[in-house]
Amino acid sequence: MVFNSPTLSYSLLSPILIILAGALIGVLIEAFVGKAVRPIAQLSVALGSLVLALIQVIRIRDFTSTAAAIGSVVIDGPGILFQGAILVIAIISIFLIADQDNFTSSPAALPGSDEERQAAQSGTVLTEIYPLTLFAVSGMLLFPIASDLITLFVALEVLSLPLYLMAGLSRHRRLASQEAALKYFLLGAFSSAFFLFGSAYLYGYAGTVSFAGIHAAVIGGTGNDVILLLGIAFVAIGLLFKVGAVPFHAWSPDVYQGSPTPITGFMAAATKVAAFGAMLRLFYTVLAEAQWQWRPFFMVIAIITMIFGSLVAISQRDVKRMLAYSSIAHAGFLLTGVIALNKAGLEASIYYLFAYGVATVGAFGIVTLVRDSSGEVSDLNRWAGLGKRSPWVASAFAFFLLAFAGIPLTSGFIGKFAIFSAAYESGATAVVIVGVLSSAIAAFFYIRVIVLMFFTDATEDGTSVVIPSILTRLTIFISLAITVALGVFPSPLLDFIKPLAIFIR
Amino acid sequence: MTISWISLTAILPLIGAILLSTLPKSAELRAKQFAFGITLLTAASAIAMAVQFQRDNTDLQFVEVHSWIPSFGINYAVGIDGIALVLILMSVILAPIVILAGWNEAQGGRWSVKTFYILILVLETMMIGVFSATDVFLFYVIFEAMLVPVYFLIGGYGTGARSAAAVKFLLYSLFGGLLMLASIIALYVMSGAQGGHTFDLAKLANLEMSSTTQNFLFLGFFIAFAIKAPLWPFHTWLPDAAASATPGTSVLLLGVLDKVGTFGMIRYCLTLFPEASKTFTPVIIVLAVISIIYGAILAIGQKDLKRLIAFTSISHFGFITMGIFAMTSQSQSGATLYMFNHGFSTAALFIVGGWMIARRGSSTIADFGGLQRVTPVMAWCFFLAGMSSLALPGLSSFVSEFLVLVGTYTRYPVAAIIATVGIILAALYILIPVQRALHGPTTPGNENLTDLNLREKLAIAPVLAAIIALGFYPSPLLNVINPAAVHVNSQLGFTDPVPTVEGK
Repeated sequence: MVFNSPTLSYSLLSPILIILAGALIGVLIEAFVGKAVRPIAQLSVALGSLVLALIQVIRIRDFTSTAAAIGSVVIDGPGILFQGAILVIAIISIFLIADQDNFTSSPAALPGSDEERQAAQSGTVLTEIYPLTLFAVSGMLLFPIASDLITLFVALEVLSLPLYLMAGLSRHRRLASQEAALKYFLLGAFSSAFFLFGSAYLYGYAGTVSFAGIHAAVIGGTGNDVILLLGIAFVAIGLLFKVGAVPFHAWSPDVYQGSPTPITGFMAAATKVAAFGAMLRLFYTVLAEAQWQWRPFFMVIAIITMIFGSLVAISQRDVKRMLAYSSIAHAGFLLTGVIALNKAGLEASIYYLFAYGVATVGAFGIVTLVRDSSGEVSDLNRWAGLGKRSPWVASAFAFFLLAFAGIPLTSGFIGKFAIFSAAYESGATAVVIVGVLSSAIAAFFYIRVIVLMFFTDATEDGTSVVIPSILTRLTIFISLAITVALGVFPSPLLDFIKPLAIFIR
Repeated sequence: MTISWISLTAILPLIGAILLSTLPKSAELRAKQFAFGITLLTAASAIAMAVQFQRDNTDLQFVEVHSWIPSFGINYAVGIDGIALVLILMSVILAPIVILAGWNEAQGGRWSVKTFYILILVLETMMIGVFSATDVFLFYVIFEAMLVPVYFLIGGYGTGARSAAAVKFLLYSLFGGLLMLASIIALYVMSGAQGGHTFDLAKLANLEMSSTTQNFLFLGFFIAFAIKAPLWPFHTWLPDAAASATPGTSVLLLGVLDKVGTFGMIRYCLTLFPEASKTFTPVIIVLAVISIIYGAILAIGQKDLKRLIAFTSISHFGFITMGIFAMTSQSQSGATLYMFNHGFSTAALFIVGGWMIARRGSSTIADFGGLQRVTPVMAWCFFLAGMSSLALPGLSSFVSEFLVLVGTYTRYPVAAIIATVGIILAALYILIPVQRALHGPTTPGNENLTDLNLREKLAIAPVLAAIIALGFYPSPLLNVINPAAVHVNSQLGFTDPVPTVEGK
């Protein structure tokens, strides 16, 4: 038996490899480096590998290849853009994650036990979070460039498993955090099963798991369409679960609320980019010719996701839950980009994902600042009068909310305009009209928070805004700057995206 | 790369706002003086622009185009015709008057006095921009972005249920704006299919589209403008907003911002969708007539001075909308002149009314009485403002109301005749409060009210002077407006009906 050693083009895979190397170094640091220097060493390694990976992504941006890893990944413009967006979001988030106050010092200890108290008193800090983040990032980087179903599944698990853990690491309200982790894990496992089940059907349909093979089978049209339809449906359910589209959204409010806030921000932003990246690749390239099978289904999902997310967000009393429902609504807006199925739709989706991701990290960054003696205050009623006490923090949050609402001169508006016009161009008029109307509904609850912060008098209950650390300040400032810049001068990014946004098969 | 007068004028208040933000919070007086100076400078710049305006030239003037977001074909494109020029002039003249008249009105706000003037200055930049944009996307961006400063002006510095009023205002406007966005997206996509993505107003006007499409897109724009204007039945936000805002904000809101709605009907609805405009004209004329009568009747019933002025405006906006959609050059000239005059007469009413309310500490009409004896100058000013609002011959509003009615009559005589009832009702809604507030015995509590001081006299004098001067001699404005109105009409393919004279 002849055994050919696989040829890998290391330079094209280097972003993922750098991140994995950083993660492994992080594990070693955790084992061998003294407590005192651990946090700073971990942060430097994590930040260093993220920046290096980003530089590498920028350097290889003009390369395209389908054979970088014996046909299992495809390196092309959109892949590069998704990777770049994930890395930028991860860099912004890592500063927030570095603010150790949000994480429990001994995750293994039972909530309320002596062990926990001792760990807290000894001043131990948790630094496993850095390698976990890097592992998750490596999975996210692989997810949108995977070009067979097995690699896609492996990437899905690599990105998900660390996130399940990270969700349970909150310092305050540990039970809620652990509940969130468990819920995320169970429902995530469930959706992975759906995904695998769908993959099996697609394999049965095409006789191969490679995207190219499935695509050829779809064009050939000789297979059994029922099996194709089942395969598409189950794979789509797995992916829709990850982005939190209705009716696969049930996990997201609880997980958003329970997780440590920096993790919520990172997860909400980066997972969306990765999952939509994979979804766009799958449906724009592999299944484009089968659009009659999946587009109607996606239209229905997009419409109910937008309406449901916007309506339910109105009644939320907790800022993190409200942002969770808002992210559900945004998943619906992003689905219109998938439905568009044209080049404009791809460009718009990439822009939207980046703009939304950055604003999300910034918004959650601000949520970490509003605290009382027992930790973060996410009850919206206690945000009343924030504008009076901390005008800058409240203004920044208001700006992020306006960006989510898609008010002109913020990045969100350009994104919405681009994505809706692409969808309209493809003839999905109904989706666009629902999108516009649910934007109006969504504006209501964003504005309600602004009213609360600026026009309502504070109740005296000790809610205060902590002075942000330099790291948190960096996160908020960078996200704010990007959100403003993309709203007023979106051209550089749009022009950067345009020539790159072409999938190769 | 050329910078036109429009951009120069528009950027002045923005620069002022940025400079103002560097002042310390405690320097209240300096903030006011500075903001006032900037608005004066802006007004001077706009007047200098008006002097250079060639009034017989129906093309857009002071045109300036820069690429903004080339991937979507979006330009920073500005240019003005006579209609836009008149509205810009109105805005920049009202701004310093508002600041001078409401010298102390920012004191009771949630935030510092400085912030109030920053918001006003930012708003002024946007007001100039919204009237001069010739790129539909740019127009939309400013149209929506304007809501933010107004929202904070009402919610932060108003009185009563200010935050509820501010939210109502914002949500109404956003809803309309998003409908317009849907239409704009459709235009954009169609332009892409017909020779390249663009938002250029002139190019979009030449798009080929089916009449069904045109009707839907027209509605998207029209509802947004009808909410803004506001036209019955989209008006319910206005009385609340006007009653809660400070008098200065109300002047800018009713005097300038609401004009964006009626201006948009001319600039966008008529230009982009001529066929649909004709299709919907009967409906819109009916709505306009209902607005005229409904606004007037509700104004008569108001007990609160500010709400009364708000309802009179709904009636006036009915006249303006009717003038626009009667589609004769007379009615449209009249409508444009009406916009200008309404800006000034409402400003006078709100400013003087605001002083009365501030002195008395109440906005209920019944609390006033016999002001004529206690504060004669203030009473006379209010009287004159009221007369202008009911379009007394010899005052500027009369000219415009007359033009609108005459122009409408040639095409829609029934509507014009019913609308004339609005004039009679106007006499009621103005004369009743004038009688209750100014005449009769002095109501207890009013004996010690002080009359206008020098600053207040200086603020109101130019407004009243303009009202009287333009009442006798409206030509300077009409000469600028007429060519533009004729041009708009000729683009629609309308010629004015020739009045038939019987029994010759």
